[in-house]
Amino acid sequence: MLTKRIIPCLDVKNGKVVKGINFQNVKEVGNPVVLGGKYAQMGADELVFLDITATQEARDTAVNLIRDVAENVFIPFTIGGGIRSIGEIKRLLEAGADKVSINSAAVLNPALISEASRKFGSQCIVVAVDVKRIADKWKVFISGGTRETDLDAMKWIQKVEKLGAGEILLTSMDRDGTSSGFDIDLYKQVNEMVDIPVIASGGGGAKEHFLELFERTDVSGALAASIFHYGNLTIRQLKDFLDGNNVPVRKEVDR
Amino acid sequence: MKKGIIGIIDYGGGNIGSVRNSLKYLGYKSQVVKNSEHMEKVDKLIIPGVGEFSSAVGEIKKIGIFDAIGDWIDDGNPFLGICLGYQMLFEKSEESPGTMGLGIIEGEVKRFRKGKVPHIGWNWVEASSNSLIESGYYYFVNSYYPEPSNGNYTIGTTENAGTVFASAIEFDNAIGVQFHPEKSGMLGLRFLKRWLEC
Repeated sequence: MLTKRIIPCLDVKNGKVVKGINFQNVKEVGNPVVLGGKYAQMGADELVFLDITATQEARDTAVNLIRDVAENVFIPFTIGGGIRSIGEIKRLLEAGADKVSINSAAVLNPALISEASRKFGSQCIVVAVDVKRIADKWKVFISGGTRETDLDAMKWIQKVEKLGAGEILLTSMDRDGTSSGFDIDLYKQVNEMVDIPVIASGGGGAKEHFLELFERTDVSGALAASIFHYGNLTIRQLKDFLDGNNVPVRKEVDR
Repeated sequence: MKKGIIGIIDYGGGNIGSVRNSLKYLGYKSQVVKNSEHMEKVDKLIIPGVGEFSSAVGEIKKIGIFDAIGDWIDDGNPFLGICLGYQMLFEKSEESPGTMGLGIIEGEVKRFRKGKVPHIGWNWVEASSNSLIESGYYYFVNSYYPEPSNGNYTIGTTENAGTVFASAIEFDNAIGVQFHPEKSGMLGLRFLKRWLEC
């Protein structure tokens, strides 16, 4: 049986991890290999690196980061953040990323999804969708949640699937950063609508939130940042808890 | 560096980097194989793989090693097929009707009809006791799965949304695995290490 994936997200700037630094006894704060390795050891099923670097020149450092991580951490990882072109995707995959996550560029140029999935295989093309509830509907936002679009989230996600995305990373902006639990209605609705895996993100602030998510929806995984970074909850503790409540998770990792 | 050079077949589509990285991490030297002459210089052979069945088979034919791979396995040389590299050992695939695979193992590659597709994530491999693989969770990324006509070669099985499939086979000196050992953490590396050492 396929297990539910628990995925920590690490923010990266100029090749250094800027969030996810609160491990005890880890001296090299910011080192993606050390931190990624640490998370892998604790049972992370995948890693997501979100490159918040603004400039193109600094993108080179992200390529080096990917190369370092790929040479030393042997679980899958995704890189996202400002990816706009086939050329960039190619460069990031060649450096060793298993998947790339595209967000704003997919909205501005949907053909990027179809072209990328045809060229590199849909399994490595993740489309990240940021949504906010407005009246009775979910609307799609881009540019890190700063720009509202005309897109209805449900329609956009169906289109994304049709264009060949391999996975949806769906963030509820209403819940993101609130630690108030996942938006169950949203994930239930989207997950039942599409055949590709859906990863939930936004609102996971306690282990009970993850249990609620996996008991009430059939999403493939959950992504979270601060809850893991600041030591409120380790991935190991979360997985023990989920396992104890009959949620299928991968538990035997090297301890 | 340890003894023996490991050849990794590069047919363009598959990302060979992660396999190279894992071999390097385990202390083995690898050589990219892009033609039949390259094959003469290696001791073991790996076909990694992501991509589409017919284009992968097409590329392997184009670089002129389709028959050489068949001969390599027939001669009893050590071989490891990963993901699409495993599926290619079979006769045909629903992904590309009309394209013949290597046909080393009788059977067909089929598409998942239940559950989320692609089948992405960590799934349990129930391994037979005397195999190189240990039972445990391994990382999978596949929309298709092989169905051997003869179950005797199956050394690992996996269940996904009600479909049980052969996630690992052993046929003479050839091993095929549907999961990605190079992305399956320590368990995956341990399997690779045992294969490299034997």
